[in-house]
Amino acid sequence: MLEVQRVGKRWKEFELRDVSFRIERREYFVLVGPSGAGKTLLLEIIAGIRRPDEGRIVIGGKDVTDLPPEERGVSYVPQSYALFPHMSVLDNITYGLRIRGMSRSEAEKKATGLVRTLGIEHLLNRKPHCISAGEQQRVALARALVVEPILILLDEPFANLDMRIKSRLMSEMKRWREELGFTALHVTHSFEEVMVLGDKLGVLLHGRLRRWGKIGDVISDPGDEDVAKFLGYENVLEGMAEDGCLRVGELNVILPFTVSGKVRVCFRPEDVLLSVERIDSSARNQFKGRITEMEDLGPLFRITVDLDNDIVVRSYVTKASVLEMGLREGSKVYVSIKASSLKVF
Amino acid sequence: MGRRSLDTIFAALGSFLLVYITLPITSMILLQAGDLGSLESTLRDPEVISALENSVITATVTALLAIVLGVPLGYVLARKEFRGKDLVQGMVDVPIVIPHSVVGIALLTTFSSSILDNYLGIIAAMLFVSASFTVNAARDRFASIDERLEHVARTLGASKWRTFTTVTFPLSLPAILSGAIMTWARAISEVGALLVVAYYPKTAQILVLDYFEEFGLSASRPVAVLLVLMSLSVFVALRWSLARGSEGR
Repeated sequence: MLEVQRVGKRWKEFELRDVSFRIERREYFVLVGPSGAGKTLLLEIIAGIRRPDEGRIVIGGKDVTDLPPEERGVSYVPQSYALFPHMSVLDNITYGLRIRGMSRSEAEKKATGLVRTLGIEHLLNRKPHCISAGEQQRVALARALVVEPILILLDEPFANLDMRIKSRLMSEMKRWREELGFTALHVTHSFEEVMVLGDKLGVLLHGRLRRWGKIGDVISDPGDEDVAKFLGYENVLEGMAEDGCLRVGELNVILPFTVSGKVRVCFRPEDVLLSVERIDSSARNQFKGRITEMEDLGPLFRITVDLDNDIVVRSYVTKASVLEMGLREGSKVYVSIKASSLKVF
Repeated sequence: MGRRSLDTIFAALGSFLLVYITLPITSMILLQAGDLGSLESTLRDPEVISALENSVITATVTALLAIVLGVPLGYVLARKEFRGKDLVQGMVDVPIVIPHSVVGIALLTTFSSSILDNYLGIIAAMLFVSASFTVNAARDRFASIDERLEHVARTLGASKWRTFTTVTFPLSLPAILSGAIMTWARAISEVGALLVVAYYPKTAQILVLDYFEEFGLSASRPVAVLLVLMSLSVFVALRWSLARGSEGR
């Protein structure tokens, strides 16, 4: 669907080097990176606003590197939403349709379903400065989606919203995405957005795409230390939840609260406790496993434990504890994880 | 020094300037108000009417030309980076610093008899001294418009040209009109270059000077008052309607 091939660009203080990745149809790709990593520049290159110094952009099998933005079929929602201030909400939404020569009534008719799904029917006659930031985000999304783009580019779509609205809009975005089935590239520095929305994750650090792939794969195997440090969470389990219990293969993981459906659970290696024998503790999740790797990090060991059914969990254990328990590769251990340290997405 | 005394001093100094500007104009108008007869006969003088018409028409054409030629230049100055940009910007502002008699000499040297004593000459002189107001107003507004609005329009299918006509230009229009009003006002008050380039066909501002030199102060005053009243009312009306228009946006 979208192929970014070895893209490089220097622009003001930003630089992208050798960036390559793919997004498949109906996939939601979240690109994370700290401020200044070059995330917006990459979106602008894909949208056709800036030309790369090197590399190619292929959309739907067609090389669009030399095409202007209007011929790419890619919608772009900047961080500021960039609603046209001199137009009503309705005129903003129908702008792309009208530009394509559609009559006003046809365009309005076409937008109706989308407007209803996004819950913005009551805003149509207002001007953008008269609506809230959360409403502006919906309008910008409607304007981008109504033209049925091949791909939608979202630049920090939740950055301008306060925490309360943010979490509500994120779960709504998840629902809209399922209902409308669009393909998206979403850039952010928020890990929460990755976990709630993403199918795939890319990590952009200092202008280089250091790692990309399925979220679970990237987090459980960050590839290098910088990516691991940036992500923080090294353990991800994915499965179906029912009544506060997550089923992952043969394992039953007790969750901190009741939730149902497909969920993703993350936890940090420092929240994973290892012991040689079953222990009595408040940790409600205890599994048996075998140590497959021990990495010496100085005062700590980073220990990889393979649970009975090929599910891998990583733990940090102090050197003193390793000696005391006599841990080595192949040792059988119990893994305890407090339900309260689990992040459920 | 306390905040209050600072405010008082600033208010006093500012007021002095305001009085200095308004006093001569109001006293001229008030003096003329005591002699409505001469004002009435001036209004019936075909030479005066024709001069007023000339002033308004040429200043309006000048303002329109400044929009057509100045807006693209303002856009380039706001949006493009190129070598010599500072020089170009400097050239736009040059007419403001050149004495206007010199402007007249320069124009006449370059275009000789083709602009001597005709409408083209009036407009040429007016445009030279006043276009920078429109160029600079357009440039400042274009520079202040978030480029992402244009980027979004492009990704939604608009060409560069459609983006300009549907997004950039409508958003800049009030500022451009405001600049054009300044151009109009500057054009209608131009005398120096006109004295050299186009004394004829007579414009009202030249006629005032003509009457003053030929018949003295009291003869030139009614024409001067008419010119002031007309210029001010057009200027105020345009600014007011523009302000109302942008409030509604």
